[in-house]
Amino acid sequence: MKQVAILQFPGTNCDLDTKYAFEKLGCSTTIVWHKDSSIPSNIDLVVVPGGFSYGDYLRSGAIAQFSPIMKAVVEYANAGGKVLGICNGFQILTEIGLLPGALKRNIGLHFISKFQTLKVINNNNTFLQKCNKDEVLNVPIAHADGNYYIDEVAFKALEENEQILLRYSNEKGEPIVVNGSVTSIAGVCNKSKNVFGLMPHPERALETILGSSDGIKMLEGLIA
Amino acid sequence: MKAIVNIFLKEGVLDPQGKAIHHALDAMNFEGVEDVRMGKQIVLQLTSTNKEEALKEVEKMAEEILANTVIEDYTIELI
Repeated sequence: MKQVAILQFPGTNCDLDTKYAFEKLGCSTTIVWHKDSSIPSNIDLVVVPGGFSYGDYLRSGAIAQFSPIMKAVVEYANAGGKVLGICNGFQILTEIGLLPGALKRNIGLHFISKFQTLKVINNNNTFLQKCNKDEVLNVPIAHADGNYYIDEVAFKALEENEQILLRYSNEKGEPIVVNGSVTSIAGVCNKSKNVFGLMPHPERALETILGSSDGIKMLEGLIA
Repeated sequence: MKAIVNIFLKEGVLDPQGKAIHHALDAMNFEGVEDVRMGKQIVLQLTSTNKEEALKEVEKMAEEILANTVIEDYTIELI
């Protein structure tokens, strides 16, 4: 059975949804408090879940990056461990430098909360290996600071290394402007493809009766 | 001594909040505004009396946490 560690900061609010999701997929989960200074042993995946760590004060994810547990997460990732950051978790991972770029205020300034179609850009990574390239997924988004920024030079590297995971798109898979992200980017990974971040919430797309179960094949890749 | 740290999005990085303020000013018929940038100001009360040391220390704070240098620039004023 795969072991998943889910971090919890003051203000995290998707920890239990994430726990539910991975347990539904047959994993055993451990919630890890941000003041802990180590990741439990035998962990197959660390998830930095969504929410509003430290009330988004200063910048989203800015304060959380200095919690004791994050030092352990960086060590875990640098040793090749798999890390997934969802929404606020994505913001934390960019702030700490495990993922390139930064997330700014949405272009329309609104908090956007709705189902959103996404196009799979690259699936040659563990996260999206169960999805098809160019497949269109339907997954909820819920954020105010999801406007992904990266400078031109770093963007080129991102594209060349196939680090772009997902783009906001219409149902046909054509990119659309949702929050102002550079080329509609919704998720990226690091160069060695073991750290993943995305603004959409796959853990909220597990049941067809509640709108979509596309989140299952996304999360399944990480525990395959 | 006080350190005043001003943080703004870098030139060339679109500032959605500044843009919204600009639109509002236009809608209110305020004329002659060419561009609006919105930033934040952080005021630190320091114990140090050495300006040079204080500046170094505050620069370190700005680089490490106060600003995200991927998207933001900062200025430091000591008074």
